[in-house]
Amino acid sequence: MRRLLLYLILGIGLVVFAYPFVWMGIATFTPEAEIPELTLLPSRWTLDHYRLVFERLPVWRGLLNSLVVALAVTASVLVFTSMAAYALAKLHWRGRETVFSIILFTMMVPFLLLLIPLYTLVVRLGWTDSLLGLIVPFMMNATGVLILRQSFLTIPRDLIDAARIDGCGELRILFTIVWPLSVPALVTVGLLTFIGSWNEVLWPIIVVREVQWMTLPQLVALFAVGGGAEGQLGPQLAAAFLLALPIVLAYLFFQRYFIQSFATGGLKG
Amino acid sequence: MPELRATLRRLQLRLRGERSGYVLMAPYLLHMAVFFGYPLLFAFVLMFHRWDIVTPMEFVGLKNFVRLVRDDLFFRALLNTGIFLTIHIPMQIIVALFFAELLNRPLRGRGFFRAAYFMPVVVSGVVITILFQQLFAFDTGLINRMIRALGGEPVPWLVSPALAMPSIALMATWKNVGLYIVLFLAGLQHIPKHLYEAAELDGANAWQRWWHVTLPMLNPTMVTVVVLSTIGGFSLFIEPYILTGGGPLNATLSAVLYIYNQAFYFNHMGYAAALGFCFALVIFVVVLLQRRFVETDTWS
Repeated sequence: MRRLLLYLILGIGLVVFAYPFVWMGIATFTPEAEIPELTLLPSRWTLDHYRLVFERLPVWRGLLNSLVVALAVTASVLVFTSMAAYALAKLHWRGRETVFSIILFTMMVPFLLLLIPLYTLVVRLGWTDSLLGLIVPFMMNATGVLILRQSFLTIPRDLIDAARIDGCGELRILFTIVWPLSVPALVTVGLLTFIGSWNEVLWPIIVVREVQWMTLPQLVALFAVGGGAEGQLGPQLAAAFLLALPIVLAYLFFQRYFIQSFATGGLKG
Repeated sequence: MPELRATLRRLQLRLRGERSGYVLMAPYLLHMAVFFGYPLLFAFVLMFHRWDIVTPMEFVGLKNFVRLVRDDLFFRALLNTGIFLTIHIPMQIIVALFFAELLNRPLRGRGFFRAAYFMPVVVSGVVITILFQQLFAFDTGLINRMIRALGGEPVPWLVSPALAMPSIALMATWKNVGLYIVLFLAGLQHIPKHLYEAAELDGANAWQRWWHVTLPMLNPTMVTVVVLSTIGGFSLFIEPYILTGGGPLNATLSAVLYIYNQAFYFNHMGYAAALGFCFALVIFVVVLLQRRFVETDTWS
């Protein structure tokens, strides 16, 4: 009896948290007039909403922009943040503790303080309306340093010293010895950075005004706000669904990694 | 002689460590100087100037701050954030604790439920907001349709100035609570069993065990939830931007949305920087107070 109640409550939670997505998916194939109705399935299926979205929005271009930005940011964060984390965890140099404290301090400064000056900097560099303006300011990441440093600290000293005696340079040690031993931390940092960049929308809205450089979340947000959908629900939901799809698909296959990464990121942040 | 060579070798390695330390750190430090250090310093310059980006900057002294203390919209944004947080934080903690407790029992499909509750966390805020725009709509929204079907009065979720911000808080809770379920669940699983056994021997009932063992042991997670939610509350942007544009009657104007409006509708870069500084100050003080009142020293 108790057990049944437990599953009943968990089931209600399931409806509350997951059903809206299912509803949204179905609504994107439902004729406009039927969307607000309380039916589980539409009387007929339609592709009209998607047709309108693909007519009005450069979806493929937005997808490409988003992918380029997210991949460039993630690759850069992994490489450069690893180098910094390795220097902080495994090398001895004067000023190391000071630099680490400064990095911790940078995490405490709210982004809204930097928003305007960072924007004016990007303007001065001439990077508005370009992907550079979306990529370069986020090529490093303090949370990444923290997570990777923590992981690198657990790697035995002897292993690294042995490689040094064999004549390995530090970069080679980092990428051929330390990296293979730190895969979970790299996955965490990579996933957090990629999803963060993929979902970011405030910064693109500020920096990019030309449609050809817009990322997908930006296109979809402006489509919903700017009346490109002519007040129709179906196309707005269809655009939103297209935006959610890649992440949801990735999530279905790798949810363990997602949950683990976000939990780590949450505790460090 | 071999000892000398070994010492030399070690010294050489040490020097190499010193040099490569700087070399490996250099790209990060350079980036930090340009994209963190410079904007931080420039923020302190900008807030004493009037600047529309096009014409040269003009020094105005404390004018931006004089204007700020008389700016109703600044205080309105603070109030709105306060309303958001007083609803969002307790709701988040209660819902997350509730589901974490349920999922901490031995049951089948635990991973499945956890994964389902977590889904809104990874999906873009743009998607969630467009979805809720439809769910919250007054006439055609799914929630009001259900309420009407059950014989109730439709709720003016986003139309009423009193309800608009609480509605956004509800939506934010729905989006984020999966993360906190996971964090609380991890916290619950790390509580040593012997604490409960000891409490039971002392004659504590289930409720007392929860109150005196579980809750204090979850304190670090609680602090994380409170601090992260606070920073999230001040960073609200896309939710009011899409749902309400800050309305009705500025009831959903958030800190970042107000900075955005000042900077990009009115081109008041200096004033926007001053706003950013003051909001950052408020965040700092609020987080400090929260740490002081929420954080307890259960470990010592």
